[in-house]
Amino acid sequence: MHIDQLEKRWAGIALGIAGFFVAVILGSALFHGIHAPSNVETIDSAKLHLSEEFAEDKLGASTNPDGSVTVRMVAGRYGFYPKTLTLPAETKLTFRWVSLDVIHGVHIPMTNMSTMIVPGYVAQVQTELHHAGDYPLLCNEYCGMGHAHMWSNIKVVSKAQWEALNKQRGANHG
Amino acid sequence: MDNSVEKKLALTHFWVAFGAFGLAAVMGLYQVIERSGFFGFLESREVYYASVSTHGVLMGFVLTTFFIMGFGYYVATSSLKLPVWNKTFAWTGFGVALAGVVMAALPLLFGQASVLFTFYPPLKAHPLFYIGATLLVVGSWFWCVSMIVMYMQWKKANPGVPVPLAMFATTGNAILWLWTSAGVAAEVLFQLIPWALGWIDTIDAGLARTLFAWTLHPIVYFWLIPSYTAFYCLVPKQAGGFLFSDEMARAAFILLVVFSLPIGFHHLYMDPEQGHGWKLLHAVGTFVVTLPTFITGFTVIASLEIAGRLNGGKGLFGWIAALPWSNPLVLALILGLLMLIFGGFGGLINASYAMNAMVHNTAWISGHFHLIFGGTTVIMYFGIAYYFWPVLSGKPLYCPSLAIAQLWSWFIGMIIMTTPWHILGLLGQPRRIDSVHYNNLLTLSWEPYEVTMIFGGLILLGSAGLLVYILYKTQISQESYQGEIEYAEPIHAVKDLPNYLNSFGLWNAIIAVFMLIAFGYPILQFFLMETFGSGRWGV
Ligand SMILES: [Cu+2]
Repeated sequence: MHIDQLEKRWAGIALGIAGFFVAVILGSALFHGIHAPSNVETIDSAKLHLSEEFAEDKLGASTNPDGSVTVRMVAGRYGFYPKTLTLPAETKLTFRWVSLDVIHGVHIPMTNMSTMIVPGYVAQVQTELHHAGDYPLLCNEYCGMGHAHMWSNIKVVSKAQWEALNKQRGANHG
Repeated sequence: MDNSVEKKLALTHFWVAFGAFGLAAVMGLYQVIERSGFFGFLESREVYYASVSTHGVLMGFVLTTFFIMGFGYYVATSSLKLPVWNKTFAWTGFGVALAGVVMAALPLLFGQASVLFTFYPPLKAHPLFYIGATLLVVGSWFWCVSMIVMYMQWKKANPGVPVPLAMFATTGNAILWLWTSAGVAAEVLFQLIPWALGWIDTIDAGLARTLFAWTLHPIVYFWLIPSYTAFYCLVPKQAGGFLFSDEMARAAFILLVVFSLPIGFHHLYMDPEQGHGWKLLHAVGTFVVTLPTFITGFTVIASLEIAGRLNGGKGLFGWIAALPWSNPLVLALILGLLMLIFGGFGGLINASYAMNAMVHNTAWISGHFHLIFGGTTVIMYFGIAYYFWPVLSGKPLYCPSLAIAQLWSWFIGMIIMTTPWHILGLLGQPRRIDSVHYNNLLTLSWEPYEVTMIFGGLILLGSAGLLVYILYKTQISQESYQGEIEYAEPIHAVKDLPNYLNSFGLWNAIIAVFMLIAFGYPILQFFLMETFGSGRWGV
């Protein structure tokens, strides 16, 4: 069998390039914890309104004892619920998404907040949003005729503003 | 050898393929126009999604499957110098596949199957759509059996002799397709059809997506292997040279078949129903599949250089100018390679486990696969068609310079259309939308790119029309042409080939192990944990 010297060398280079990419991916995943969103957790989509976590009054942002924020949202044809939301910048955010009907996808343009929302499963993404402003949430997976009209806005405010808002709300409730 | 029946068999398959292609191209132009929103009277979501679904099915399933079958039959008979095994069997496969296409077309065209070509349960299409799609796959299995039988017949008659490279690749593709179509077949037979017919009430969308992912990446290589076969086995000869290395070509085909099978998960990077450990494992596998592509790039460019220098090209780049740019098959390869280089960069980003989040399901993805599949793979189908048509029809190619213009226009149109698509993706545009109006400041910046895409679409439709016109004019010509497919010779004749480069036995066993590791638990988990199905949602 004959394999040219040049070809052998090239195969080595190609192996090196692929190896380099694999090393970068493994390095960032294993040492920096940068992962694709994954959270194998099932839920009955037909009974969300009765569930502990995704009943209507539980949706939206809630602050955890450690200062991070968990955001619970439901996707359904054709919107994300709650419809409007204010979130703090520079804060660890855990989004938990469920679908009440078909498959949806959600992303915030130009950030790494992106996940598929598959009925029957809870999709969880952790991220931080760095800049204050209005962000659209866009449905990015075909979910039926209204797919292109499935979007919502979230408002990202500075951490200080967020704390002020929360105090106010606390006072009102108190 | 008289292979007029084989010629007819191949040509009939090709006509179905390119007929579907022409129809789908019309829909493609309609889609870019509709979504721009500039022509109000054309706007209709119902028509848009019916059109997108039909376009996807025609391009991804009908053009490819029929082209691959036609190509395979003729490669088998011309490279092995054997008649096609059991012609009735081959025609039956054709009939089953065609019946499937017609059956699926009805609900598609009536808007009863606007679920796009990846099915998306729990969106539910008319049962005829799923049954039709299944018959298309079953028809293609007839072809797989034919290819494997002919390969075995030849090996039996020529013990110890290397199987001709073109047939080795084609058999590899048949094996790959049998392995990979099993995933979607399981989804359709055990989930979609019983559910669409109302025999079962709910469907586990997570399991369905996992089964589809089993098929979803290798299917791309099923589409690509005929193009690679032409790269290695046809183009070097057409360019006036030799194949750089027959052994490396075999190694590349084996790597493609073995490693493309167990890596479908990167389509599920953003999905919740699979854990990230499995995704990471598949990410590593995905990068292994870049190896055969790198090797192919090298071997093919080296073969072209040999040809260019034999044609008198001098200096570092002189050989490029000395290539026969006026030969459609050679030009298709050059333009196809250019698009493969552009598209390859995008592909690396998609395949990168965490970076994928930035582009997942955005217009970037549509741009990427239109460049790689609609560009590289399909332009090689054109090149092959221009080379095969005179041989199959016995008529000289109608106006070769028009064929050259058609290839250039396809390349230019594809670049004009996919560049804005990539940018739109980075600007956050979701894929598969019928309208770009989100009442948002950010999304206003999308509009100029939508206009550009219309120009790309117009050029592409013109180019598609030209292709069908040239093939038709060739077919009805009064002149006659006599010629056969000529396969490229390697520089060094292949001798004493080790058995693992001449047979698939060992590789099938390795694939089985890989598949079990890659998909065993990820599929089993749905039966081990408590899952909740979804009901039926109309489109
Ligand atoms: Cu949606």
